[in-house]
Amino acid sequence: MSSGIRFDRVSVAYGRHTVLDALDLTVEPGEVMALLGPSGSGKTTALRAVAGFVRPASGRVFIGERDVTGLPPHRRGVGMVVQQYALFPHMRVEDNVAFGMKAQKVAKAEIPGRVAEALEMTGMASYAKRFPRELSGGQQQRVAIARALAIRPGVLLLDEPLSALDAQLRSGMLAELARLHRELPDVSILYVTHDQVEALTLADQIAVMDRARLQDCGTPQELYRTPRTEFTASFVGNANLLAVTVRGTGAVSFADAELKADTGDAVSGATATLCVRPHLVGLGDGPNALTGRVAEVQWRGATHRLYVEVGGERVKADVRELRKPPALGDEITLHFAPEDAVLLAGGVTDG
Amino acid sequence: MPALVWVLPPVVLLGVFFLYPLFLVVRQSVQPDTGGTSLQPYADVFASEAFREALGTTVWLALGATIGCLVLGFALALVIAFVPFPGGKAVAKFIDVFLSFPSFLITLALLFIYGTKGMANGVWTDATGAADGPFQFLTTPWGVLLAEITYFTPFVMRPLLAAFSQIDTAQLEVAASLGAGPGRIVRRVILPEALPALAAGGSLVLVMCLNEFGIVLFTGAKGVTTLPMLVYSEAMLESDYPAACVVAVVNIAISVGLYGLYRVVSRRAGA
Repeated sequence: MSSGIRFDRVSVAYGRHTVLDALDLTVEPGEVMALLGPSGSGKTTALRAVAGFVRPASGRVFIGERDVTGLPPHRRGVGMVVQQYALFPHMRVEDNVAFGMKAQKVAKAEIPGRVAEALEMTGMASYAKRFPRELSGGQQQRVAIARALAIRPGVLLLDEPLSALDAQLRSGMLAELARLHRELPDVSILYVTHDQVEALTLADQIAVMDRARLQDCGTPQELYRTPRTEFTASFVGNANLLAVTVRGTGAVSFADAELKADTGDAVSGATATLCVRPHLVGLGDGPNALTGRVAEVQWRGATHRLYVEVGGERVKADVRELRKPPALGDEITLHFAPEDAVLLAGGVTDG
Repeated sequence: MPALVWVLPPVVLLGVFFLYPLFLVVRQSVQPDTGGTSLQPYADVFASEAFREALGTTVWLALGATIGCLVLGFALALVIAFVPFPGGKAVAKFIDVFLSFPSFLITLALLFIYGTKGMANGVWTDATGAADGPFQFLTTPWGVLLAEITYFTPFVMRPLLAAFSQIDTAQLEVAASLGAGPGRIVRRVILPEALPALAAGGSLVLVMCLNEFGIVLFTGAKGVTTLPMLVYSEAMLESDYPAACVVAVVNIAISVGLYGLYRVVSRRAGA
């Protein structure tokens, strides 16, 4: 059962407060779509609209070809995994996993085999007889994933599934989820997260949400390398956002400096925002050189983050760990390659 | 021995004001009016038809009321806890207040509605001109059962509502997403997690029903004699203190026995 998800101008409101505003979004069959955004951006509401826990004020939700907008949750056939696992505490692991199949009246003889298969897939086969309270957080989340997969859903909804785990477990589980997706190429996954690393690692497509609206949608590479808006640029990865003025084709001015960058269709004289990733900024002279005073130095182990005051704005540079980091107030020069700078299409305004 | 200084006064007070009178009751029960110490009062009481009937009535009323309270209380608590409706919080608060009402108040209120001269019968006699209304059940055991269920149901609901508030709504949502309808969610997720609360509320109500006096007295049900009523009539009306004390001891034994059973069961259940 291969099925995608489609939001057709879905709006959700609590009273007069709109929490999801006319969302148009399509998750292709077998695709991982990450809904990325800060809290209150409407991403969880969008997921809950697919699961059936919120009823849209307007718009339709489709799973595959089926319009599920009016269906109760238990008739939608989606798998769901939530942040706090939500395992049934009075049931053993195997009974937790069997729960959905019993509810869907799967033939009794078939259930034990499918329970074993789902637990095998998440590496929890040897814990079948345990109770949830006897498992660690990461193990509980594996059981929750097995429980969702056991009903063989066409659509899997993951609501911040790794947020309750500590950092080390999280990167392990991230790899596990990527493996599961490779093993289940037909399952469409809607993955709600506020963590850009999770989104970049797992997703085929990222939908960036903010203030109840879809801000941007694209592949991780597109959103990271050529973001359209300031919000996307700063939420997907780190970004220097420099206020520049377009000076003809292929040139902009920032503070007193003249910089080379792809200006696209922007007309001369327009003000725009130039996005440069901090790790693409180098120390010393070079193309697109900027000179300023060091305002702050942060040592992060493998890298140094320098904040350099250039023409009243702070430019961030992440450079490989320095033997002799510059002192505060030192005058230094930074540079970046013209092809590493992106003029944000969304921010261009005519001067 | 500063610990002893703190422990002694409460123990002494407990002994003087509670255990000693209890001891007197037990002692009286083995001292027949004919003098001496013997188990003759027990033999007499156990042999009497009135005692056996009272024991039977007490037990079936208490069990019936407990089952009724559990069923009604579980259904009402489910609605209050999981079906959002305006005023739901106020209803939950009112249940707390209800617990503080005296038990005879409910009976009195029921008398106003279903009593021989109550509203329901009044409407009937006015409408049909008949001499008596159809609602005459209040003075039967069924009237006592209705009053006890009405009064004791909140005692089941209080622990249930507390237990329900502990259930993670995400569990219910995940259960629904896995394909479970409301009925299955109640049976397979909510009920098992509420069992300790159900057992606690049920055993509390059972013990209270066994010992209930005010409700039985206020319904004016002459034919309904429970153990506490029997104690009252033996002691106050017949002045047969040994017999009254025997019945009282039996009543205490049943209550304590049930309480002990509940403790064992609840410990087995891991609550």
